[in-house]
Amino acid sequence: MSPQEAQRKSRLLRGIHRTVTGLHPALESLMAAVVGLLVGAILMKIWGFKPWEAYRALIQGAYGGGYELSNTLAWATPLILTALTFSMCLRAGMFNIGAEGQMYMGALAAVCIAYFVLPPGIHHLVGLLFAATAGALWSLVPAALKLLRGVSEVISTIMFNWIARWLGLYLTLNILVDPIRSEKSVSIPTSARLPVLVEGTSLSYGIFVSVAFALVIYFLLWHTATGYELRAAGLNPTAARYGGIRNKRTMFLSFILGGMAAGLAGATIMMGMPPTYAAFGGFPQMLNMGFNGMAVAMVGRNHPIGIIIAAIFFGGLSSGGGWMQILAGVPLEMVNVVMGAIVLTMSIPELIRVFPAIKNGTYKLIRSLRDGKGKAVEEGST
Amino acid sequence: MSLSNIVDLIRIALHAMVPLALTAVGEIVGETAGLFNIGLEGILLLSAFAGAIGADFGGPLVGLLVGMAVGGVVSLLFAIINTYWKGTQMVTGVGINLFAMGFVAFGLIQLGIPGHHVVAETGHLMKFRTPLGLFSPMILVALLLPFVIHWFMKRTRAGLMLKAAGEMPEAADVAGININRIRLVAAVFGGVMAGLAGAYMSVGWLYMVTKGFAAGRGFIALACVVFSGLNPLLALLAAFVFGFFQALAEWVKTLPSKPIPFEFVSMLPYIVTLLVVSGAIGRVRFPKFLGVPYKRE
Repeated sequence: MSPQEAQRKSRLLRGIHRTVTGLHPALESLMAAVVGLLVGAILMKIWGFKPWEAYRALIQGAYGGGYELSNTLAWATPLILTALTFSMCLRAGMFNIGAEGQMYMGALAAVCIAYFVLPPGIHHLVGLLFAATAGALWSLVPAALKLLRGVSEVISTIMFNWIARWLGLYLTLNILVDPIRSEKSVSIPTSARLPVLVEGTSLSYGIFVSVAFALVIYFLLWHTATGYELRAAGLNPTAARYGGIRNKRTMFLSFILGGMAAGLAGATIMMGMPPTYAAFGGFPQMLNMGFNGMAVAMVGRNHPIGIIIAAIFFGGLSSGGGWMQILAGVPLEMVNVVMGAIVLTMSIPELIRVFPAIKNGTYKLIRSLRDGKGKAVEEGST
Repeated sequence: MSLSNIVDLIRIALHAMVPLALTAVGEIVGETAGLFNIGLEGILLLSAFAGAIGADFGGPLVGLLVGMAVGGVVSLLFAIINTYWKGTQMVTGVGINLFAMGFVAFGLIQLGIPGHHVVAETGHLMKFRTPLGLFSPMILVALLLPFVIHWFMKRTRAGLMLKAAGEMPEAADVAGININRIRLVAAVFGGVMAGLAGAYMSVGWLYMVTKGFAAGRGFIALACVVFSGLNPLLALLAAFVFGFFQALAEWVKTLPSKPIPFEFVSMLPYIVTLLVVSGAIGRVRFPKFLGVPYKRE
């Protein structure tokens, strides 16, 4: 082999290595998904269901055709936004668990536009604006508490979720209540409803809202100075402070953007989910969307593009779960179990290294056993 | 408000205090060693469910033991991920919560009536009959445990090692203390206590399980820990205050004249938590290496 050839070969190898290393995050997400589905399969097996059939029904119900895919995308619409809430704040170094409550507030703010009469285009914009503002305001309080009193944002956002839940119930059934049907709020008028994209499904133009927001966040994080500061503050707050980055500003910014995303998630559900376009007491259409968004964010590696892909995966789990229930008799709740197992697995850093570590550990164990007992065996044989 | 009303209120508050106090004290041990377990909510839910099933089969004591075992196993997993594998504690906790939510709802459906399971009569942990009403013996456990743990952390060598693991793991490591093992044991203890709390809720207090059973108690216990600044005695006090507000909310709901909408009363414990935590922070100090996995250089 000539020196040039050898050089070319080594460069090729290096290139392959770099590509594979770059793919590590995606591979880890894939592995976590596989582990989660395996855990689900084992539990189904224990309870006497047929995991293979259940998953086939789930995949067919989620991605089997245009209709199924549209419903999956409809589920993914709010998930993308709530995942952005969590990942924006995580990028800035904070755990914002409050997407759930911020989403409720956004949804109720969107319902408020039912009291205005406006021409269609403007009515939509006002609705989205209301929702984004409400979400941002609801997330500002925990941010301020963190800044002024040093309250852990984990505790305060969780408390705000519960407050939002009860406040939302009160507002839905007492203030914004439909005068004819007392179990729901007023419906959003046709002039403010996001048009349905595929006839007969819940997929609306809301998907464009969430994808656009994800792209905006992507641009902000990786192509602006503010985004750079935000990421730097998240990676190492002390170093960022020495570098002249105002940590408090980036913190507020991440909370505001996150709150806006969660509020918009509520709006896409209220304004884009047929048939009622109204909030019910207890928010059945939105329940746990904020918490599931965290799972999406983790599997999407806190990257807007990754989040879109992960949201389509999780949306598929949710929309296909119904089919799993009908065709294989497995309760819908199985989907949550799988999601939890996926998140648990995702919390192990450098998951991809766990397997070599286990392999090395086993080798070491075998070697130590052989060295320890080997002599005894040899003596015994001779 | 008559005297019997006040006695009733205190009695309900004491019962509501037990799960919060047990969970909070367990978590204090874990946090002192440097592990922040946000998955307590999920552990409470899982162990309440497992405890109810255990009590159905083998009586109340088996129920409590099963609950403790489930709590211990779940937090063992949590601890392994976050010590030896250097995981992210928040994410593990969120995963535990999601998993528990799905698993318990799934399990309840498998048991028959969806979303609701009543513990069999033979599985009830009996309550003491006193002139002031029925009291669960677990109240005594919850009242004593904080004092035991306080003594343990202040007066024993193991308690100091625990503190060292959270405060200055490097120095403790040099002194020959196995940081990861200490954290593991502390987290498992916390999980066992949360498991006991969960099992108490289903076996010794409400005699049933629903899928929204934990109702934020795990998080309120975390707030108690924050309020206490890792002092078990203050955590007990905080647990009683929160229990009292929960009891108050329940009591106002039953009043014939509705002075305040019940939604606002239900909000009260959470608002009080926020107020107390934002008032208490500033004077409390947490271990330096809380939430940071220990890596040898």
